[in-house]
Amino acid sequence: MIKNRKKMTIDEIQKEIVDEFSGFEDWMDKYSYLIEIGNELSPIDPKYKIEINLIRGCQSRVWLHQEFIGGKIIFEAESDALIVKGLVALLLRIYSGRSPKEILASEPRFIDEIGLRQHLSPTRSNGLLAMVRQMKLFAMAYEKISEKK
Amino acid sequence: MFPDISIIRKDFPILDQSINGKPLIYFDNAATAQRPIQVIEKMNEFSLHTNANIHRATHTLANKTTEAFESAREIVRKFVNAQEPAEILFTHGTTESLNLVAFSFGEAFISSGDEVIVTEMEHHANIVPWQMMCERKGAILKAIPFADNGELRFDLLDSMITEKTKIIAVAHVSNTLGTVNPIAEIIALAHTKHIPVLIDGAQGVPHFKIDVLSLDCDFYAFSGHKIYGPTGIGVLYGKRKWLDRMPPFMGGGEMIDRVTFAKTTFNQLPYKFEAGTPNYVGAIGLAAAIEYLETLDIQSIAAYEHKLLTEATSRLKQIEGLMIYGEAPQKAGVVSFNIEGIHPFDLGTLLDQLGIAVRTGRLCADPVMDHFGVENMVRASFSFYNSFDEIEVFYKALIRLKSMF
Repeated sequence: MIKNRKKMTIDEIQKEIVDEFSGFEDWMDKYSYLIEIGNELSPIDPKYKIEINLIRGCQSRVWLHQEFIGGKIIFEAESDALIVKGLVALLLRIYSGRSPKEILASEPRFIDEIGLRQHLSPTRSNGLLAMVRQMKLFAMAYEKISEKK
Repeated sequence: MFPDISIIRKDFPILDQSINGKPLIYFDNAATAQRPIQVIEKMNEFSLHTNANIHRATHTLANKTTEAFESAREIVRKFVNAQEPAEILFTHGTTESLNLVAFSFGEAFISSGDEVIVTEMEHHANIVPWQMMCERKGAILKAIPFADNGELRFDLLDSMITEKTKIIAVAHVSNTLGTVNPIAEIIALAHTKHIPVLIDGAQGVPHFKIDVLSLDCDFYAFSGHKIYGPTGIGVLYGKRKWLDRMPPFMGGGEMIDRVTFAKTTFNQLPYKFEAGTPNYVGAIGLAAAIEYLETLDIQSIAAYEHKLLTEATSRLKQIEGLMIYGEAPQKAGVVSFNIEGIHPFDLGTLLDQLGIAVRTGRLCADPVMDHFGVENMVRASFSFYNSFDEIEVFYKALIRLKSMF
């Protein structure tokens, strides 16, 4: 799976996700799938589940940890709400293990395309929008660091 | 039998719509109640034909607006049975009303070492303004705890009151637990020690007929949008004997008598506390909402809403793993709960897919979340335009969604 991902671009993975979701006939199947992949997401290392990594939405909490290894950012994340966790898993699938440049050049438009756009609206205050912003900020920071080197 | 839901619902066109392809079931009334067409039309008509600033000019529209605004004040006065219109202050909502008292009462009567008593079940709006004032003044904020069933530990109040206690501020009805607090008893006890009592009536006015005179509370605060009126308008009832001795909360506009750079003198009540152009359209809408409510008879509304709450509670209890927060014997309006293993955010999201609007989150009551050791809750809150059928749909929806986890 990881090997496979390395060959694919962010946009290709986004397309793959959109294809996966296109098979669902109604909203319940779609959300059930999100819950399933939320459940399958490996939990974040407890040592990273700390205040400093917490992206506080009003209702659901998201923890995000990152490491910069070999020019790629490795993200780990988790949420206490399962639907959010499912979306978090999808975001990790497209963004984790990518170079800062790749991350900065791409928007998570798949969320809109699978009909879950409301989860990125600022009013949802679920931490997801904040998570995307945070990932981009890390990408920006690591890009600067790489340039200096 | 009251009420004929199908007739009443015609007054609320917003309810007649589909959300995500399902008929809307609006169970978020404790946050904002919907406005009847009578209120919407009254406000539109005013905006279309009358709108002008109040108390400031001699032209016809200004006079008409002033008249409408002051007659709205009189309608509110009658509604809560205050002695005089000057004791009815228009604010932007309960939050402003509470901030006004915390600030102005605090300035006049509270000094270092004094104490203010609230309860553990207050909405943040009846905690934070007091906390801010206490910090400013070096005063102490105490909270009456509640029992695990949501009932206020009224028995502890007597021993919590000291000679330093300057004011007690209590919710009439808890926005989270639905507990109806024994406000008459609290007021009676406080008054034996000459301590004034403020009632946060945001969740009380929608369910009970308020009579501030017989209740003998010193302050009573509520909002327009929770009693089928517009947002951005609220009321503070205050006894003249306190309001007269309290300094203004904000400066500018209507609250002025005469300004020189040496000294400014302030206008009389209620204008002393109504700085700037008030939300007169809101006040007129609020008055229309009160007039609407009065056509319905608030006693039978309360009885019907209580039946809805009882039915919802007994249905919810049939769901395995569902925990209700707050089961005080005296309860009104809301039922807050969690289903084991399901995050309220997830439940709220999925209920929305079924057209059901509930509140999820911390309900502006962190201390209540802390009491039960939870991060969030789901809250359903009912109004007279809701039906038993809707509760049944809600129950079945919860069963169905539960199976997804």
